[in-house]
Amino acid sequence: MGKSLKIGLAALIGGLGLSKFSSINARSEADANGTVELMDVDGNIVQVDSKEVVEIENSHDPEIAYNVREGDPNRKYVMVIDLAKCKNALSCQSACNKHHYITGEHAWLKVYKMQEEEDTAPYWMPTTCMHCDHPACVTVCPVDATFKRRDGLVLIDNERCIGCRFCMAACPYSTRVFNWGDPGQEVTLNMDMEVAHQPHHSVEYAGMPSLKGTVDKCDFCPHTIKENVLPHCVTACPNGVFYFGDKYEDTVTNGDESLRLSKLLADKHGYRLMEGLGTKPSVYYLPPVNRLVDFEEGLESFTDYQSVEKPGSP
Amino acid sequence: MKHMNRIIEDLAPRKFGKLGVIWTVFLVVVSIAGIIAYIDQVIKGQIVTNMNDYALWGIYISNFVFFVATSFVGTVTVSILRLTNNNWRTPIVRIAEIISLAAIIMAGLTIMIDMGRPDRLLNLFIYGRLQSPIIWDVIIIPTYIVLSLLLLYFPLLPDLAILKKHFEKTNPKLSRWYDRLSLNWKGTEKQKSIQLKSIHLLAIFMIPAGFVLQTIDAWLFSTLFRVGWDSTNMGAYFISGASVAGVGALVTVVYVMRRAYKLENYITDSHFDKLGKFLVLTCLIYLYFNINEYVIPEFTSKKEEITHLNHLFSGHYAPMFWFVIIGGLIVPIVILLFKKGRKPLPVFFVGIFVVLGSWWKRFLIVTPTLLNPFLPMQGVPESWHHYRPSAHEWLITSGTLAMCLLIITILVRYLPVVPIQRTAEERKLSKSDKSLMS
Repeated sequence: MGKSLKIGLAALIGGLGLSKFSSINARSEADANGTVELMDVDGNIVQVDSKEVVEIENSHDPEIAYNVREGDPNRKYVMVIDLAKCKNALSCQSACNKHHYITGEHAWLKVYKMQEEEDTAPYWMPTTCMHCDHPACVTVCPVDATFKRRDGLVLIDNERCIGCRFCMAACPYSTRVFNWGDPGQEVTLNMDMEVAHQPHHSVEYAGMPSLKGTVDKCDFCPHTIKENVLPHCVTACPNGVFYFGDKYEDTVTNGDESLRLSKLLADKHGYRLMEGLGTKPSVYYLPPVNRLVDFEEGLESFTDYQSVEKPGSP
Repeated sequence: MKHMNRIIEDLAPRKFGKLGVIWTVFLVVVSIAGIIAYIDQVIKGQIVTNMNDYALWGIYISNFVFFVATSFVGTVTVSILRLTNNNWRTPIVRIAEIISLAAIIMAGLTIMIDMGRPDRLLNLFIYGRLQSPIIWDVIIIPTYIVLSLLLLYFPLLPDLAILKKHFEKTNPKLSRWYDRLSLNWKGTEKQKSIQLKSIHLLAIFMIPAGFVLQTIDAWLFSTLFRVGWDSTNMGAYFISGASVAGVGALVTVVYVMRRAYKLENYITDSHFDKLGKFLVLTCLIYLYFNINEYVIPEFTSKKEEITHLNHLFSGHYAPMFWFVIIGGLIVPIVILLFKKGRKPLPVFFVGIFVVLGSWWKRFLIVTPTLLNPFLPMQGVPESWHHYRPSAHEWLITSGTLAMCLLIITILVRYLPVVPIQRTAEERKLSKSDKSLMS
């Protein structure tokens, strides 16, 4: 037993060595003398002994390195919501509800009617998951079902979630929703078609399918990001309220215009919700100043007790 | 020897009378109703409850917290009275141990009722992360169950040996059970010394374990941002509240046992006097922490805090809040401060109010906070602005309470509720003291 194991190990090491060697030969076009021509950093061609050339593994090979729990390490997704432009058109919400097949009573994206005090002006405030850098929900999850990725996204593995709802109690933004009963998404014909295209269940397709007894929430649409498309709420908004982008690139776009994130936040006094709690959200808000439309216009579509349109309801 | 026989005769478990049988059947029926409701909940999902994305925890959680609190009686009476050499404790410690064990077992079960996916229970062990307060609970509750079980079992050994002999002729089957459980107890010096040492160690371990258990329970709330939970007061508040719930439950059960088993010679008025004093002490400490919890935020009047407190003081929850504070805390304190109030019957009624108050108090800790989120409640059905437990929730919760009482009932049916051996020894000692003195 011990002997055969050793032989097996030796064969394995030998095989690895051989494959490594052959790959170097194939790529570096070594000539008969055993030297290769290479370009140095100044642009000069130099002759190097091929023995000194060692292939190093490309550490950022996206095909190999991509881990759904890590996301893209070179990205940091952020959103900017311009409250000055929002007039509660709710296109964002219907698009989100539709594309995430929300069947419950509670939309992931909500537009709040806000008024801090009687003397201060009312305004409309859309909220998504804040994808916090210090996410309280992730800290308290007992089974690592909800997790923070390197690209900033906070996602949920609803095949692991035990349904204790501790994350919901931890979230100060009341952003998380629970599937109290059977989500009943199979009635949506549309979904069956799309799911057929998905190779398997993935945390990057949150809400597809939703599972009874587990938590859901806004996922920043990693399934659209992957295809270089903006999240559904951003593309759906007729007023360009939502800007989405990459903090490392310092760029955000609402589809019509692309802006420097840092400049936008500095010029328009960007802020984050409940900064005092230390959650460090990835969603920034621009204050509702110099508004082009009346707040009252939004009241038409405001519903106090509904955020998901039900089939058959007006 | 005649004296000993008398004690055994008095204290050995007896068959239930008619009332006892009716009581047991009642508990079994309520428990089964609860189990059926739970099975229905597992099939349909927690949609059968009236919880929602705002009131995301309900009476399952507050009932769980109540069980955890009640289980503190093992720590607060058995261990602390033992380590402080309060010898009057002898006739009431076994009842305390039984309550403690029943409550902590039911706490472990009720927390699972709240899980959306009980089928994934094992994930807690496969993927458990130590930074989550839930995992702290997963560790401490089984620990406390084991400690409570052993703390009930070890002192029982001599009694089990006595009962084995006692039932040898009248009920040989029962006698064999006592024989097996008595672990060959002969009462030798060596056995006695091992037993005493073990009990002593357990009593010591029970104190940190009990404090940790109650504190973790408090931290389930105070590690979150929510108004009404985000308080450094919570640990001590929960420990003192648990003492109230535990001792309250104890006096109630002790009274019932004394009546049911006619133990007036063993559990005397002076025991109720002492238990009454103990209960009033715990209530006073709890009142102190309640003042901290409610009066200071009222004083600083932060907007969110004041909204929360107004719901309690004068809003929707005011009747319940004042019942808990006045009926469950202040009136008991006033009654128990008088010597006449510490007679068995008043102590019993005070105990009932304290336990009721303790149960509703947990409801008031959990629900109003959840219904007072940071962002306004909008875009959700009108019914989500309130929380009233559904029939399923009441059935299941009543089922767990009945199961807890059923565990207690079964244990007091087959175990001597007053330690036989210790009582005999203490009586002999006091007798010989008297003969020495005369």
